[in-house]
Amino acid sequence: MSDSEQNPKKSIEEIDQVTIRFAGDSGDGMQLTGSQFTETTGIVGNDLATLPDYPAEIRAPAGSLAGVSSYQIQFGREDIQTPGDQPDVLVVMNPAALKVNLPELRTHGIIIANTATFNKRNLELAGFEANPLDDDSLNEYKLVSIDMTMLVEKALEDLGLPSKVMARSTNMFALGLLYWLYDRPMENTFTFIESKFKSRPEIVEANKRALQAGYNYGRTTRLISTSYTVTKATLPAGTYRNIMGNHAIALGLVAAGQKSGLRLVYAGYPITPASDILHMVSNYKNFGVITFQAEDEIAAVTSAIGASFAGALAVTGTSGPGMALKTEAIGLAVSAELPLVLINVQRGGPSTGLPTKTEQADLFQAMYGRNSETPVVVLAAATPVDCFNMAYEACRIAIEHMIPVILLSDSYLGNGSEPWLLPSMDDLPNIENRKVSSSNGEFHPFAITDPSTMARPWAVPGTPGLEHRIGGLEKDALTGSVSYEAENHEHMVHRRQQKVEVIADRIPPLSVFGDDKGELLVLGWGSTFGPIRSAVTRLRSKGHAVSHAHLNYLNPFPKNLGDVLVKFPRVLIPELNMGQLSRLIRAEYLINTLSYNKIQGKPFTASEIEAQVLDILKETRDAG
Amino acid sequence: MPDSGASEAMQALSRKDFTSDQTVRWCPGCGDYSILAQVQKTFPELGRNKEEFVFVSGIGCSSRFPYYMNTYGFHTIHGRATAVATGLKLANPDLSVWVVTGDGDGLSIGGNHLIHLLRRNLDINLLLFNNRIYGLTKGQYSPTSEFGKVTKSTPQGSIDWPFNPPSLALGAAATFIARSVDVEGKHLQEMIKAAYRHHGTSFLEIYQNCLIFNDNAFASITGKDDKEDHQLILEHGQPLLFGKDKSKGIAMDGPRPVVIDLADGKHSVNDVLVHDKTDRMIALILSEMTYRPEFPTPLGIFYEIEIKTYEDLIYEQIERAVEKSGLGDMQAILHAGHTWEIK
Repeated sequence: MSDSEQNPKKSIEEIDQVTIRFAGDSGDGMQLTGSQFTETTGIVGNDLATLPDYPAEIRAPAGSLAGVSSYQIQFGREDIQTPGDQPDVLVVMNPAALKVNLPELRTHGIIIANTATFNKRNLELAGFEANPLDDDSLNEYKLVSIDMTMLVEKALEDLGLPSKVMARSTNMFALGLLYWLYDRPMENTFTFIESKFKSRPEIVEANKRALQAGYNYGRTTRLISTSYTVTKATLPAGTYRNIMGNHAIALGLVAAGQKSGLRLVYAGYPITPASDILHMVSNYKNFGVITFQAEDEIAAVTSAIGASFAGALAVTGTSGPGMALKTEAIGLAVSAELPLVLINVQRGGPSTGLPTKTEQADLFQAMYGRNSETPVVVLAAATPVDCFNMAYEACRIAIEHMIPVILLSDSYLGNGSEPWLLPSMDDLPNIENRKVSSSNGEFHPFAITDPSTMARPWAVPGTPGLEHRIGGLEKDALTGSVSYEAENHEHMVHRRQQKVEVIADRIPPLSVFGDDKGELLVLGWGSTFGPIRSAVTRLRSKGHAVSHAHLNYLNPFPKNLGDVLVKFPRVLIPELNMGQLSRLIRAEYLINTLSYNKIQGKPFTASEIEAQVLDILKETRDAG
Repeated sequence: MPDSGASEAMQALSRKDFTSDQTVRWCPGCGDYSILAQVQKTFPELGRNKEEFVFVSGIGCSSRFPYYMNTYGFHTIHGRATAVATGLKLANPDLSVWVVTGDGDGLSIGGNHLIHLLRRNLDINLLLFNNRIYGLTKGQYSPTSEFGKVTKSTPQGSIDWPFNPPSLALGAAATFIARSVDVEGKHLQEMIKAAYRHHGTSFLEIYQNCLIFNDNAFASITGKDDKEDHQLILEHGQPLLFGKDKSKGIAMDGPRPVVIDLADGKHSVNDVLVHDKTDRMIALILSEMTYRPEFPTPLGIFYEIEIKTYEDLIYEQIERAVEKSGLGDMQAILHAGHTWEIK
């Protein structure tokens, strides 16, 4: 190497935020690369949000469009609410990754491509007639072509590894290059590599060298003339970690078990994208937690109901098709007035649908998907971190009110991550259970002794003197004995509805981001929080009288929701469905809502919501 | 162990203690009355406090059972009692959990949960009331009805082949398989006690007469005059003898079981197969006699082995996790992985 190569003239630019996307074949390790970049980025003090996107097939044919896996991260100084609308940098490990991801790359964005994979076969598989790296089809982007595979092989040549094994470290080269480009330290990833491959020292060495080679390549060549420092975020002081939504749910459940003093029993059946919750809870056995992989979705929910009858904090988690199977059993839990938490990590439907893609179209299922009048509490998490809060809250409500609670998450939240200012256990609200150990006089298992919670006493088997029978037949409102009496049935139907309604007195009111009056309110629920909040922040900074309110509680609604809505002449409800919340709001509050729907298996971008709001504001002004 | 839950303060209980205040509403003459009576008679002898018993059922005539027992009870949904009982037992392994199910509830809609309960081997006692018909829905054929059965839903005869419950249980790796009959009160009581004593899932099939929709389904083995010729009473370590004066036996002719006549002068009791309840092959031979008119119907314990229960293993895993990582510390797992400070 010549001197000039070692000390090229390079500029360093300071930027506020950036969005990058790693894309490759599902075997290229893009999820690992992305999550390493994310960890390091959190450690250096940026705010961030991530979006993994991977195929349903574990190994789609190599090089095919169906097999493309990607990981996007936005990070920077400001309050980062979404993984970014359009990547500024796209790393592509093969032609298919370029083909699939190019349409979303920002104009003049940077493409970093591993040229080694752009051979005839891969180009054909991706549907390219000519090599796009060689013609001028990518002229409107900044193209950086690197033969990463060859450079990795060179860096590892004395290790005596087969080329196939060496090629597996190519993702570390790309990661190293991006670490250089955005001025991140490599130590965290070095540590990760050492621990992940600790039984195979040659693989540790290979990956570390590949990472270093990528970093050095950026520093010493002139292919990329500018590197960036990204301003740190001004986040509240405290200890942080990155957390994915599914992991946050698992932690929320364990925390609720600890705080309530009840044994957590989590029953599940493997289903994408909810299985991770089962995996993660299974790692907390030293908390006395029981996890049970049932033979099917029905056994998962019914075994949870059995555990609840026995006095445990009983939880089952699944995705939409699994919820459909649990329907009848949820009715039993409603009828038996037992505490039960059901988690639905939603995915695209109907039927098997889009198992790895996001959607929020199970709201009606949660609200109404049962025979007869069978109301349950419905909550929704807004962000990956909020998954912790709402899982805890679902447990609190279920236990304190002796009622089943459905918590809606989705694939985007479950697999997405963001930095989490770690809470203290002392800050979490207490959870009081309704267990009884004796009775003054005759015991009435269905008597409601506390009108504020409408909870019945929880007399669990093993308690002497309180033996009783419950079941799915209609029960007498006091004794719980089977009753076919007409008036009693009507009373019980109303009672089950009221049990949901009284919860509105024990949840926080809906808060409004921005002014509580204005031209337009964007009302959201679930994972649309990030893009809505980003869009409304931008609109407000441009002077528009737009506010944002976000519902964590969908049944019951917060008590002040009607008062919030009437202060705005227009209410826009963006949803990743055909307008389910919109219909609930119309039915409940008799107001004209505007729906904005996207059903592509992808989250909204902030720009889409911003543009939609601007269109509405323009239309109303033009009309006025 | 199942009897370890008895507290020192326990008082002697009687049949009345296990009788609830609910009026029993099965049809007059239903075999379920006898089964209920045998359970209520047996339970005081088990040496457990009544609050430790839980009856779980699904849907069907038999599934009303929990309402009539003055213990804890859960009348759940169709086919799911086994799964509900699984969660119950996992959450509190100290309870004595009993599932009452029928041939429709347990083998049709609940077939999946039943086989998985058996293979997991939780310490749950399962009483399968087999009347070979759907009673509560008024007389459709069930998964144990014979081929060709004419019912309301099969006017030309059923074209389903019936399950053989003990063979199904063997195939599902059950650790206790037994059979009794509603009208053989004493035998049934013995089987209930044996099911209770077994540490693991106990599968007890009880032939039960439905006099409304399938009367006399088991007449051949309950007939007063010749039942000895049709009942093969199983006793561990004893030769498989049956018939009046125990004059007949089951012997092996090569790989095939045959009925031999001990009075014919050619055979002696030494030729008769000796029952070993721990031998799966013998259990299979016995269970395959079901539905074969050339053989008597085995009653008693077909098979029993002791292995660790599912809940034993779960709680062992919890103990090991605590030994390895210490008792769970929430603050520690919140702060696990890579954390960083913002000042």
